[in-house]
Amino acid sequence: MSPDMRTRLGRVELDNPVLAASGCAGSGRELAQFFDIARIGAVVTKSVMLEPHAGRPAPRMAETPSGMVSAIGLQGPGVEVFLQRDLPWLMSRGGRAVVSVAGSGVAEYQELARRISGAEGVEMVEINLSCPNPAAQGRHFADDAAEAARIVHAVRSNTRSDIPVFAKLAPDVPDLTALAGACVEAHADGLSMINSVRGMAIDPRTLRPAVAGGMGGVSGPAIRPIAVGCVYEVHTAFPDVPIIGMGGVRTGADALEFLAAGASAVAVGSVNFSDPSACVRILRELEEALAERGVSRVAEVVGAAHRNGGAAPNR
Amino acid sequence: MSDFGPVQTRSPVLTVRRVDAYYAITIVAPQVAERFRSGQFISVAVGGDQSSMLLRRPFAIHDVKPDYGGTVEFLFSVRGQGTAWLAERRSRDLLDVVGPLGRPFPLPRDPVNCVLAGGGSGSAVLFPLAQSLRRRGCRVDFVIGAASADRVFSAITARRAAATATFTTDDGSFGLRGRLTDALGQVIEDARSDVVYACGPMPMLREVTAIAGVYGIPVQVSVEEAMACGTGICMSCVIPVVGEDGITRMARSCVDGPVFRGERVRFDDIGTIPFDALGAPGWKAQSGEGGVADREAG
Repeated sequence: MSPDMRTRLGRVELDNPVLAASGCAGSGRELAQFFDIARIGAVVTKSVMLEPHAGRPAPRMAETPSGMVSAIGLQGPGVEVFLQRDLPWLMSRGGRAVVSVAGSGVAEYQELARRISGAEGVEMVEINLSCPNPAAQGRHFADDAAEAARIVHAVRSNTRSDIPVFAKLAPDVPDLTALAGACVEAHADGLSMINSVRGMAIDPRTLRPAVAGGMGGVSGPAIRPIAVGCVYEVHTAFPDVPIIGMGGVRTGADALEFLAAGASAVAVGSVNFSDPSACVRILRELEEALAERGVSRVAEVVGAAHRNGGAAPNR
Repeated sequence: MSDFGPVQTRSPVLTVRRVDAYYAITIVAPQVAERFRSGQFISVAVGGDQSSMLLRRPFAIHDVKPDYGGTVEFLFSVRGQGTAWLAERRSRDLLDVVGPLGRPFPLPRDPVNCVLAGGGSGSAVLFPLAQSLRRRGCRVDFVIGAASADRVFSAITARRAAATATFTTDDGSFGLRGRLTDALGQVIEDARSDVVYACGPMPMLREVTAIAGVYGIPVQVSVEEAMACGTGICMSCVIPVVGEDGITRMARSCVDGPVFRGERVRFDDIGTIPFDALGAPGWKAQSGEGGVADREAG
């Protein structure tokens, strides 16, 4: 008996809980050379901005133990090309789109939300809050819970009410639960976590940062325990808020770990770079793992780690 | 998923050979071999299934043969842990391979005179190109440059595959002392070359492009940028390239390249975002009423 893989994220039901994470799958076109893009739960698109964006200078990426540091700088063609070229392509292949949006202020996020929620085929919106806030010396919106809440409110109130809006959180903030709470209070329908972790690699030959931007985002299996911990903590505080868990998912067992921590869906990120078939492989492995345990519905394991006695109390 | 796009395979290693300063691995990969066109590359996962080295290593395809349904050979030198792991592979080990990737070299319609300029291991990609060109009746002349004699790859094959083969080494240990670009102009004149194909380090490609410009002949360059995914999703291998519409875009070496027309690559601006590139800071202020077609960032 193959388990029922359907999962619910706010008002939206997906066929299965394995998604491709933002920035690690484009709009699905490249990965579709390796598998049927309609087979995965959804594609979370690379963050869309209002205008074309050239991104950061190269080198943009450096390999680190079980991960990488990257600073791409949101290179992309802008919302117009996205809506006319990329989104229709994904629709034509039967793929489901979670559109990630990124901006430099409330007005830009508002405008993006309006344009995107008016388009056909948008299942959900994910707000990338790890964008530099020009009004705060380039600190990220997610660094300040009040700023993050303003952005969430702006996007939520300009998005069609039947489209769930998820806020994507970075782990390295002063108080993650407070940030999550501020987003929920600003009417986010759910949370995506985690974004990459800020870090740096230094080239041992030149003794200069290996990535041109200096600091970058660390991703890959190296950050998985950080991500699982964040999902667990936030699910403890807000058990009714759906979470898309991500951070170094490489196998079906990794995906199961996130579900048990409290995520209702799991996004596959950097591992797509090393294994372009990763999403469908992980989906298959997850199905097998659930079947082996005799689980009939994937929803049964969501938050299981909290029910199975949860974390041992401090002694 | 399609008959011409890349595939991901687990391919058995047929042989691992030392070739002077390089290693050459031949794998059995019929689906890659049948799709291959010269200039394309493969990316290989290193370190095994639970490797801590997450990024694939890209390698130009050096040779494709029909044996065992189709074999693919690639060349590398040991530069770090990933390539050291590869050098330790043995016959029948399995490699996780994705390919063929990237845009191939465009081939001329007519039997013209072609000079092929390769720097270091960059010459590897030119051997299958030489075969394709000769099948079309083109004259092929090789110019191969390297640091020293042990880094001149396959001199004998180059001599066999071409009308002439000229070698340069920085230390003078093989062929002419000096750089490949010191010899290129003379070869173009002697062979009455109509087109240049080049692969090697960026400074070499820049000089080769300048020399082709002096002779007024087209040049196709294959860049060797660092890549993370090779499939076009990570956006880490970008270089500034001028499009047919005159607009500079940050183009992905892996899918928009690795072969570009030399004069389209903004060699002086590599490692930067040129101020007039599509979507550069301040870009909007300079742009006109461009339609969507103008705005497709690479």
